Amino acid sequence: MWAIYKRELKSYFYSPLAYVLTGIYTLLLSLNFLRPILAATGPTQTSFGAIIYNLNILLAFLIPILTMRVLADEKRNGTEVLLMTSPNSVAAIVFGKFLAAFTVFLLMVAVTAMYPIIIAISGELIVASMITSYIGYILTGALFVAFGVFTSSLTESPIVSAVIGSLCLFFIWIIDYFRSALKGVFFDIAKWISFYSRFLDFVKGTIYLKDFVFFFTLIALFLSLAMIAVEKKRWSQG
Amino acid sequence: MIEVLNLTKSYGQIKAVRNLNFTVNKGEILGFLGPNGAGKSTTMNMITGYLPSTSGTVKVAGYDVSVEPHEVKKRVGYLPEQPPLYTDLTVIEYLDFVSDLKKVDRKKKKSQISDIMELVKISDVRKRLIRNLSKGYKQRVGLAQALIGNPEVLILDEPTVGLDPTQIIEVRKLIKALGKEHTIILSSHIMQEISAVCERIIIINKGQIVAIDTPENITKSLEGSAMYTVRIDGPKDKVIAALKNIVGIRNVKENAKFEDGIEYLVEADKDLDLRKPIFFEMAKHGYPILEIKPMSMNLEEAFLKITSMDPDKASENEQQSNEENANTEENTDNEEVVNNSEDSEEISKEEKEDK
Repeated sequence: MWAIYKRELKSYFYSPLAYVLTGIYTLLLSLNFLRPILAATGPTQTSFGAIIYNLNILLAFLIPILTMRVLADEKRNGTEVLLMTSPNSVAAIVFGKFLAAFTVFLLMVAVTAMYPIIIAISGELIVASMITSYIGYILTGALFVAFGVFTSSLTESPIVSAVIGSLCLFFIWIIDYFRSALKGVFFDIAKWISFYSRFLDFVKGTIYLKDFVFFFTLIALFLSLAMIAVEKKRWSQG
Repeated sequence: MIEVLNLTKSYGQIKAVRNLNFTVNKGEILGFLGPNGAGKSTTMNMITGYLPSTSGTVKVAGYDVSVEPHEVKKRVGYLPEQPPLYTDLTVIEYLDFVSDLKKVDRKKKKSQISDIMELVKISDVRKRLIRNLSKGYKQRVGLAQALIGNPEVLILDEPTVGLDPTQIIEVRKLIKALGKEHTIILSSHIMQEISAVCERIIIINKGQIVAIDTPENITKSLEGSAMYTVRIDGPKDKVIAALKNIVGIRNVKENAKFEDGIEYLVEADKDLDLRKPIFFEMAKHGYPILEIKPMSMNLEEAFLKITSMDPDKASENEQQSNEENANTEENTDNEEVVNNSEDSEEISKEEKEDK
């Protein structure tokens, strides 16, 4: 597993992909961070969580691009054979790749640490809500990475994988956005599935066990689905 | 070392591999010969545990691939048809990764990698990106990858594809040398390669074994018949009927069309010189013979002949020709053969795509 993790991480930084994504991510977040400060006329209050919450939708587009190649490329380049005929299980292969993409995501998030630092220097930082925001944010990111690994396992084309991934995550966001218009069961479903609003709990500074269960279950689900998809592709290969 | 029992792989209705049975002994080099699309790669993929079989078993060193895949995978080095290379890594990084993947002992890793690079002669490109290497080098990096971890069994799918003639000879030598300590299965659609390296050959066609023997015996068994190419001006059906009338002729096939006539491939009993009977028979019917050439069978032609036969009838035919005397003759018509093999490759490629 660690061999796969190492190689995957290496190849992120051998290509411009990780740098470009981190750059775009930092730029957009920084603009979003500046906006309320520039608009303020006097002492202003902004929660750190609110900054990342506003741009949560950004991850729905960046992470599928980050994960698009992980399994799709192996198949296309014929390197899948090497992995599959080595003494490593499919679970180890998929998990290694998940961890590598997740590590890149963590590095991207690490850059955002400059905002709390700036706030702490020039104002007052609410540490507790910052920590819970980060926990929620990282869980959301991990879920997106797992989902991206899954969509990458479905196809041989990285682009198709990224498009499917982004569309699905964007669709959930839309549902969340128009949730108030829904009624009855649909409202309940929309409320349950919306990881965006679950993230809001964390931003508010509250931690619920159910949210943890939700995220970990879905991460495990998508990684298992990815493993099944890799296996299935082999069994039905024509 | 390797036991294959009733191995079958089907994709829906199509059976890519049908009931293969063979064993490979320890330290043996076995050649796997067949036209493209015959099921060579599929079989190799099943032996290495990449593809599951539909039915039948594969055992490597006593371990069943479907029951204990880990044990098998530890013992097998595999070079697939397309070398599995990460083109964004350098050669040395790649081999380092493969060593980790195959769980090579950390202390031995470095020396093993440099030994293997010396062996397949890629030390001079160790720091170059695989992306920028020529096809021959890429193929050799693929071979190096298979050797990592010093597996007991090597499975090499067309290892000399893309190499230049000197390199081909080098790689053949290398495989022969490796054969002293390893059990090797080698596939190819090039006859010479197989006969130069292998102790035993399996000829496979349309997913079935049509012959297993040493290279010498395979040619011998087929030399029971003689081949002629005859170019005759006349109506095709009548000419074929007339030719088939001649005593000693076993089979007549249209080979090529020319402006002035049609060329036929005539297969006949070995001992008879049929040039005169063909002449008289054609003269009787008034079909002028434009050219008549005896052909001898070398391994290449034997391969073509075996693979063009219906697999179900192949074993019968072999027995028949076994009974007859064997004799060698000089090969007079190489061009013919080359054309044929190209044709049959194209056909089987199309078949593969259809699937």
